[in-house]
Amino acid sequence: MKQHIFPILFGFLVLLTWQFSVSFFHIEQWILPSPIQIIDSFWQSRSLIFFHLVPTIFEASIGLIGAIFISIFIAILMERSQVMKKIIYPFLIISQTIPFIILAPLLTLWFGFGLLPKIIIIALVCFFPITINLFDGFQGVDPSILRLLNSMGANQKQIFRLVKWPASLPAFFSGLRIAAAYSILGAVVSEWMGADRGLGILLIRSTKSYLTDRVFAVIGIITILSIVSVLIVEIIARLSIPWHFNKLRVKS
Amino acid sequence: MKKGPKLIIKNLSLSFEESIIRKISLDVNEGEIVSIIGPSGCGKSTLFNVISGILKQDDGVIKIDGLEEKQRQGKFGYMFQEPLLFPWLKVLDNIMLGFEIKGLEKNQVKIEALDLLKKFNLFEYSNFYPNNLSGGMKQKVALLRTIAFNSNILLLDEPFGSLDAITRSSLHLYLLEIWKKLKLSIIFTTHDIREAIFLSDRVYVLSKKPANVADCIKINLPRPRKIADLTSPKFVEMEKKLMSLL
Repeated sequence: MKQHIFPILFGFLVLLTWQFSVSFFHIEQWILPSPIQIIDSFWQSRSLIFFHLVPTIFEASIGLIGAIFISIFIAILMERSQVMKKIIYPFLIISQTIPFIILAPLLTLWFGFGLLPKIIIIALVCFFPITINLFDGFQGVDPSILRLLNSMGANQKQIFRLVKWPASLPAFFSGLRIAAAYSILGAVVSEWMGADRGLGILLIRSTKSYLTDRVFAVIGIITILSIVSVLIVEIIARLSIPWHFNKLRVKS
Repeated sequence: MKKGPKLIIKNLSLSFEESIIRKISLDVNEGEIVSIIGPSGCGKSTLFNVISGILKQDDGVIKIDGLEEKQRQGKFGYMFQEPLLFPWLKVLDNIMLGFEIKGLEKNQVKIEALDLLKKFNLFEYSNFYPNNLSGGMKQKVALLRTIAFNSNILLLDEPFGSLDAITRSSLHLYLLEIWKKLKLSIIFTTHDIREAIFLSDRVYVLSKKPANVADCIKINLPRPRKIADLTSPKFVEMEKKLMSLL
């Protein structure tokens, strides 16, 4: 608990300074609302925010799950064949140089305003960290272990299932943690292009209506949502790879 | 009729850019512990890689129980200097690693693995993850895993090389106990002359690269061996002799 006290204290101090500065300098609410006004605005529009929260979570989850499957597929493909690796790898990097905000209206043009273009954007944002981490995990397996299995006469399939896959899980979860945080952000951005529900669209509407306090409230919710999704990944990781987390030593 | 050696290696040679192993011949009798010592980097590990079938020899013959074996993967219990335990598997499952590779029935193998753990005092650690074990314990588990996979002939590649002296000597006694109970045939490499003398029936001395058998010394110390033997005059005499050969 002790290690949490300083960040909490610091955060509190920032909020306090913010609160007092706003009232001290008489800053207009539509330019910068105070923390108390933001909390108040959140409480006022809580049912509205909840109404817009649901589709965002839904899209983010579907997009992330899609990204997981795509990532596993691509990583295994690259692991299995040097040729595939040489073909795919550069395009993986290039895919990350495309500004997704520009891509979003194009996808809307091609796929309409429905769920599909949104999920494609989220998956595009999320798949990269998972793929790269998983692939690095495959590559990072101790060569001595491979030699051991080789001496036992294991085939490639067995080596993959017995060693490469489990050994890469910590790396996979590292990537997934990043992707989980991206997924919420991806969902919000994808909604800017057109949606009737979602935190992204609520954000746009609030900005255009100069409801700056609500903008901040929504930003706060997006932040909390991202943290929660990272925490969920963390919990799943701790449950599925407990060996990675318990490193206490016992002497014989 | 006298039985022939368990393992015969004849004129084994391997070269990559340069010659690494040159016409090595050695044999191991049933129930014998044979060690191979030589200057570091002389090709001991490469020799084991060839024997185990990971590398293919350019020339030479390897016979197990009198029969020539060309596909040798899976025919030895091969253990390395590092324990190479899988951190995601508990001790018991680590020991059972080989079952799937050999295509055996899991439950049967589990009974055998538990039996092995019980017999050699690791039963209480069955459900431990390797990360919770000390270096010496890890190596004990690795040894049992090797035996569980294939106890016909063991290839131990500097198995105690990364352990501290005290742990190492306790592992020596552990290995000898297992060897006696299971009547194993063992070849191991080391660069520690005392270890070689203490454990072996015979010691092969390899020359510098390209590796070749320089000499083979019989160790005439009575068994069972005890820590006290390490300071006996006979032991010291052997040590001097081997030292002069290296």
